[in-house]
Amino acid sequence: MYDFSYKRPTSLSDAAEMSEQAEDGSFLAGGMTLIPALKLRLASPSILIDLGGVQDLTGISQENNTLTVRAMTKHADVAVSSEVKNAIPALSEVAESIGDPQVRNRGTIGGSISNADPAADYPAALLGLGATVETNSRTIGSDDFFTGLFGTALNANELVVAVHFPIPKRAVYMKFPNPASRYAIVGVMVAECSDEIRVAVTGAGPSVFRVFEMEEALQKNFSPNAIQDMIVSADGLNEDMHASADYRAHLITVMAKRAVAKLI
Amino acid sequence: MIPVTLTLNGKVVSADIEPRTLLVQLIRDHFHLTGTHVGCDTSQCGACVVHVDGVSVKSCTMLAVQVDGAKVQTIESLADKERLHPMQQAFKDHHGLQCGFCTPGIIMSALNLIAKNPNPSESDIRDWLEGNLCRCTGYHNIVKAISAGAEAMKS
Repeated sequence: MYDFSYKRPTSLSDAAEMSEQAEDGSFLAGGMTLIPALKLRLASPSILIDLGGVQDLTGISQENNTLTVRAMTKHADVAVSSEVKNAIPALSEVAESIGDPQVRNRGTIGGSISNADPAADYPAALLGLGATVETNSRTIGSDDFFTGLFGTALNANELVVAVHFPIPKRAVYMKFPNPASRYAIVGVMVAECSDEIRVAVTGAGPSVFRVFEMEEALQKNFSPNAIQDMIVSADGLNEDMHASADYRAHLITVMAKRAVAKLI
Repeated sequence: MIPVTLTLNGKVVSADIEPRTLLVQLIRDHFHLTGTHVGCDTSQCGACVVHVDGVSVKSCTMLAVQVDGAKVQTIESLADKERLHPMQQAFKDHHGLQCGFCTPGIIMSALNLIAKNPNPSESDIRDWLEGNLCRCTGYHNIVKAISAGAEAMKS
C-alpha cells in the first residue's frame, strides 16, 4: 500500500472541506472495498478522510411511511434491526446476505452504494424499493443515482448522508450468490410499492437496472406465470469466469419468478 | 507518524505508526502478539479475526489508526494462564484443528457468534463460518467444537 495521510473529521462540513482542499482525497467508510483496493494499489489517494468519527451518521429510524438508514450504519445493524424487520423485512434480508459476518460488522450502506460495485446487493434494494439518497448537498432518486460501472451521480466531495426507503406493500430479494465471495451473480428485488411494481437486478449488468417489461406484466398479473417466458437480452451483460452473459440473462427470469412466487 | 492508544487485551498501550499500518501489523509487529495470523491478506480467509469493541473484524482489512480509543481483543486474551478458555478446550477435545493456522481466527469469530446467539444450531454455525477458511479439517470437527464450546461456556 502506498503511503497517505489520514484525517478523522468529526463533522460533515469538516469532512467535505478536507476533501475540497485535498488534491486527491478519498473518503473511508467501512473500508471493505477501499482497504483491499489500497493494498492492491488500485487506489492511491494522498489523503484518506475517515468518516468513522463524524457525528450523526449512524442509525435507523422510521417516520410515517419512510424508513431511513443513515450512511455509516453497518450491514450487521441493518440485518438485526427490529425496525427494519417490521417495516421492510426484505431490506434486512439484503443486509444479512452480504459477504460474511466480519464484512457485515464493518461495511456500511453509504460505502456500498457510493462504490456501486456491479455485484453489490444494496443497489438492488435502493432501485427496487425506489429509495432516495440524501447527500450533504441534495437528494437524488435511486433511478438517477446509479450511472454505470462503479458510477454514481455523486459529485467530487459529495457525501451520502442517509438513504430513505419508502415502505412497500411487500418486497423480496432473491439472490444467486457466488459461493465463494457471496457477491450476487444475479440478485433480483421485486417490490410492490404504493403505486407501482418494481423489479431491480444487480450482478447481471455493469450497473443495477430495472426490467420494465417484467414490471408491466406483473402490474397486470402478479404471478410467476406472467413473466414465465420472458427472455432478458444478454447484450451488454457481465461475463466472467463465474457465469456467461447468457447464463446471467437466464438467471434474471429465474430469480424474478422465485421472488414473485415467494411473495404470493 | 500518528500516535494511537488502545486497550489491547485489557491493557492500555500506545504506538506511533504510519497511517498505512494495518491493524494486524500493529498487533503482530508492534506488540508481538503473533497468535493473530495473516493468511490470505485479502479479507477472505479469516485467520486474522480479532474483536474490536466486542465485534469480530478482519484485522488485515482495518487500519491500525481506526482503533485509536477502541478495545481490541486477540486470541491471547482467552486462556487463564495454563487453563484454556472453554472454546479452546473444545477445539482440542473435538480435533477442531490440524495445522492450527486458521484456529485463532475461527475461535475469535465463533465467540462473536456465541455472544449474539448462545445456542447456535449447526446451520447457524456453518453460516457464520462463511468468513473463515480451513484447508485441513473439512469443517466437520470445527462445527462440533463450536457447538460443544457454546455448551461449555454456559457452566
